Amino acid sequence: MDTRPVDQILKKYNYEQSSIIGILQDLQEKENYLPENALEYISERLSMPLTRIYRIATFYNAFSLKPRGKYPINVCLGTACHVRGAAMVLDRIKMHLGIEVGEMTEDRLFSLETVNCLGSCALGPVIVIGNEYHGKMTPAKVSSTIDQYRKDL
Amino acid sequence: MKKIKTVKDLEKVREEILVSRDPDKPCITICSGTGCRAFGCEKVTQGFRDALTKHGLENSIDIRTTGCHGFCEKGPVVVINPQRIFYQGVTHDDTMQIVSDTLLKNKIIDRLLYTNPRTGEKIIKEDDVPFYKGQMRLIFGNNGKIDPAIIEDYIAIGGYTSLCRVLTELSSSEVIDIIKESGLRGRGGGGFPAGVKWESCRNAHGTKHYVVCNADEGDPGAYMDRSLLEGNPHSVLEGMIIGAYAIGSDEGYIYVRNEYPLAVKNVGIAIDQLRKYGILGENILNSGFSFDIKVSRGGGAFVCGESTALMASLEGQAGEPRAKHIHTVERGLWDKPTNLNNVETWANVPLIINKGADWYRNIGTEKSKGTKIFSLVGKVNNTGLVEVPMGITIREIVYDIGGGIPEGRKFKAVQTGGPSGGCIPESLLDLPVDFDRLTEVGSMMGSGGMIVMDENTCMVDIAKYFLNFLKEESCGKCTTCRDGIRRMYEILDAITKGEGKEGDIELLEELSWVVSEASLCALGQTAPNPVMSTIRYFRDEYEAHINEKKCPAGVCRALISYIIDEEKCTGCGQCLKVCPSDAVSGEKKMPHRIDPEKCIRCGACIASCKFDAINVV
Repeated sequence: MDTRPVDQILKKYNYEQSSIIGILQDLQEKENYLPENALEYISERLSMPLTRIYRIATFYNAFSLKPRGKYPINVCLGTACHVRGAAMVLDRIKMHLGIEVGEMTEDRLFSLETVNCLGSCALGPVIVIGNEYHGKMTPAKVSSTIDQYRKDL
Repeated sequence: MKKIKTVKDLEKVREEILVSRDPDKPCITICSGTGCRAFGCEKVTQGFRDALTKHGLENSIDIRTTGCHGFCEKGPVVVINPQRIFYQGVTHDDTMQIVSDTLLKNKIIDRLLYTNPRTGEKIIKEDDVPFYKGQMRLIFGNNGKIDPAIIEDYIAIGGYTSLCRVLTELSSSEVIDIIKESGLRGRGGGGFPAGVKWESCRNAHGTKHYVVCNADEGDPGAYMDRSLLEGNPHSVLEGMIIGAYAIGSDEGYIYVRNEYPLAVKNVGIAIDQLRKYGILGENILNSGFSFDIKVSRGGGAFVCGESTALMASLEGQAGEPRAKHIHTVERGLWDKPTNLNNVETWANVPLIINKGADWYRNIGTEKSKGTKIFSLVGKVNNTGLVEVPMGITIREIVYDIGGGIPEGRKFKAVQTGGPSGGCIPESLLDLPVDFDRLTEVGSMMGSGGMIVMDENTCMVDIAKYFLNFLKEESCGKCTTCRDGIRRMYEILDAITKGEGKEGDIELLEELSWVVSEASLCALGQTAPNPVMSTIRYFRDEYEAHINEKKCPAGVCRALISYIIDEEKCTGCGQCLKVCPSDAVSGEKKMPHRIDPEKCIRCGACIASCKFDAINVV
């Protein structure tokens, strides 16, 4: 493993154990998930038990221990989205991609996650693909919206 | 950017900024909050830049990208100043015409104006739009006037005058007295008097004190804190600096959700500017007072909005709450006295210092002073952020400002307070909204989410939704919260699947009591609220699910079926095309049929039908 990117992150946070959440966030931004060997390396460098790092990584919803797709799809399940039919949108995405929440498609293009609220309630139901927001989503619009990303390849 | 050394220098800087700016110079204001960004406002901004360049107007007309204006439903929103012309739903293609017609020829473009749905009248000025007219935008109104990335914009509208006053004229105890007299109560949900909290923290033992801003806005359906932090970060920072001065703190934190990237970015920019200007850091404006702020991003755990969990998370631990025999104002972050307030509370502080406690006390009700920002969302015409004086009725918010329920449907309830709150029925539409009245009727203020529900919303499904949320977000420390919520969820799930039994409602009520009595933190203590309030006001819906196996609102999929009305169906085949489970059959131009065995009730056919021919029964 190339440890330089991890070292860079650790340095940014002054090798402080108390900054572990920020460190893991930066790592995930870089790698798309939290790779096991990187966590082991952080544990060594911070003299922090690996179990404690795993406790943080599994306690907070934002972290993924599994690789995510090139375009992670995040479906907002906030209340405003819920009353406007977010559950149906989510079902339709699962069906279209053939994966469940927390899984990734075989071609590693898409992975599916849910989020409790993105604060874009006026646009509900909202899904985020990669970094792009798609508002006022309906089950009927799901396929064409997702397939757009296949075409862009 | 030069370091500002004294309060007098800051006043000089303000004067220079004001002299260099012509208030009558035309300015295109483009809302660039997260909502309008999702509608593509960045392309609109580029369009305006290109249009100005094309006409050679870059120097005579300004462009300002601001934070959220609040009227998210109509985004991207553009306001042309100084006339305050309000254009809504603006696209990249409209920008050239706006410049050539409105800015050059003073001609209004009709199709971009807001139409009052009640009267059909077109409205030209932003302030005349009913959505804005009914509001009192003391805190949130500045969002439309400043570019959050430019500190000079904030200084130009009087920013940091409160801080100057505090540093030169007031002692720390005088500041606390003003906040106490103002009656300001915490906007994060609890409604605890802010001044009292500050005083307790200042009087707590030890020399090191922390000041923390809670921007972990976890309530689903609430986004006012995000929009404030995105659109006017300096107002929050100014409040925090004043608070730190009053409490005697030299170190502060902003704990912000990582799901709010723009808020994280804008508050970071604002802090950098303050440090460069010398308004944050060592010896602020030569007053001898030093204070600095760090930004810490949350990890996406709802429970971290709770004070002790938030502080554990700041320390790099899992965000589990602890018992509060000793309050966080005594022993909080790293066991030091810590004062935690929410984003909106901090943003109120500079206003109170500027206008005085007496002025502030005149707004609101007897025990709830000032304004409150609500996020008005769900089944309502004018979705967005609204700031209203405490004591306004729900009816005024939903109908006068919110424009009522879409498509002429019937109002059913409004949910406030997030997962800790409850649903307020139609019979209480005239309830004045303040901290205490909402609690009396079984809901709560919470951070200010206001989710409107219509006749097509199932209240059992809503209760189930919140319990599902809470069961995922329970940190697992207390058995009653961890397992109790799960059991309650299972009962509700069974009810929505037509497997409800007699006695389920009573069992839910009993479990509610146990969960709320025996859980440590507010998450567990208030978790049963969504269930209790829906049983209280919508018991008949529960009974219909349990006894008749029916979902009156047509939501619970196991209890409904889709049927095509043969008289209305023209056989256009649209539903057949969109059905993902091949449940629709029929010849072209002949009425179609839905096979209830194959149908997964996804709603795609209903959305696609132009003839309103598919019924839910």
